[in-house]
Amino acid sequence: MVSMVSSGTSQNVVSARDIGIVACRRCTKAWPLGTDTCGRCGHRLVSRDPLSLQRVWAFWIMGVICYIPANLYPMLRTQTVLQVDESTIIGGAVDLAHYGNYGVAAIILFASVVIPLGKFWAIAFLAITLKRHTALSKGLRQVIYEVVEYIGRWSMIDIFVVAILSALVQLKTLASINPGMASFFFALSVIFTMLSAQAFDSRMIWDIQTNRGEADRDE
Amino acid sequence: MRDFADIGTEGALDHLIVCPQCDAVYRFKKPANGERATCQRCHKVLIAPRRNAGLQIIAVAFAVLFLIAGAAVFPFLTIDAAGNRNAVSILDAALAFTDGPMIVLSLTTAALIIFIPMLRVLLTLYVLIPVVLDRPAARHAIPAFRLSEALRPWSMAEIFAIGCAVALVKVADLAQLGFGPAFWMFGILVVLVIAQDSFMCKWSVWYRLEHPKTS
Repeated sequence: MVSMVSSGTSQNVVSARDIGIVACRRCTKAWPLGTDTCGRCGHRLVSRDPLSLQRVWAFWIMGVICYIPANLYPMLRTQTVLQVDESTIIGGAVDLAHYGNYGVAAIILFASVVIPLGKFWAIAFLAITLKRHTALSKGLRQVIYEVVEYIGRWSMIDIFVVAILSALVQLKTLASINPGMASFFFALSVIFTMLSAQAFDSRMIWDIQTNRGEADRDE
Repeated sequence: MRDFADIGTEGALDHLIVCPQCDAVYRFKKPANGERATCQRCHKVLIAPRRNAGLQIIAVAFAVLFLIAGAAVFPFLTIDAAGNRNAVSILDAALAFTDGPMIVLSLTTAALIIFIPMLRVLLTLYVLIPVVLDRPAARHAIPAFRLSEALRPWSMAEIFAIGCAVALVKVADLAQLGFGPAFWMFGILVVLVIAQDSFMCKWSVWYRLEHPKTS
């Protein structure tokens, strides 16, 4: 691995904004502060978007709102010869645990409840700590951000499972599975959370420390 | 520590590269093939050139294109229980949400697992083929590559594949399951999509689009 010649020492990396440069976040090219669009890739250049946090919160709130009906409505509607069964996300997991499938129940609870709630918490935490002091280093907060951004897409797995089951299990009278309303809201919630994470400008994590004049203690 | 007095001029800016994640500025030095230049502050990989990466990406992209087309139409999974049989393709699965507002969800699912991955592959081919053949860049290659990069988080073929595995576990004890040809195609596809994303050095592509060979 080769690191490039840095603008400062590795202890004291210089931010583009501090030396009058605005960088393209799409293609990494540097432009003088005040340039509107990147001459190389045409991406809009903003050194720090003052509206970024507002967009983060707007999408965040939409995500949380959609997550509520996602848990109240049934996710799957299972029809067998004897009965029609409508289960919510948590209800389905509880049923599985009831039948002794603790492993699968735990996975479902983790993927559909713990991870979404964790994402909401993490984005809110990152957005709030931009303005407040916190013990967590900026390196760690960057890691939290990357994890949230990476995991965001994977929450769609629930929707895909519902889609596959609903298409596959259509056995006329014997058994059929149909998607419930919750899948719609769950998908919306995932999409809004992804948009919220994308709206967050991770460069702001690194700004706060600079403002406070703290030395970089990550390395 | 270097001195930044000369930075105001255009020429000096060409020698800089800025980390998109943390805004750290670096003096640009191209790493050798196989090496990686990472941001010292947030450890993001900035440049990772590979030998013949363009050719490999194109080869993989063609494979992905055929696999997506095939996987979308061939039967994907079959289920058998007490004489009832059902075979579905990936399109059937994507279009499983049918009542009322759920149709929107169907279209979204179809886009996420078939159309967006396919569009990204086509855009990649369109942008990279002239670059690799040392031809002038294709018309609108720059917005095409930008669109392809913007769509990256919304291309979810690999997530769908893991979703299949989960769905299989859920119904395995309920009925007899069979795998159609599309299932295996999709499995290969996932590996290829991941490989393609790791071969691609975005910076190198932007650089070549900016400095096309004009012979």
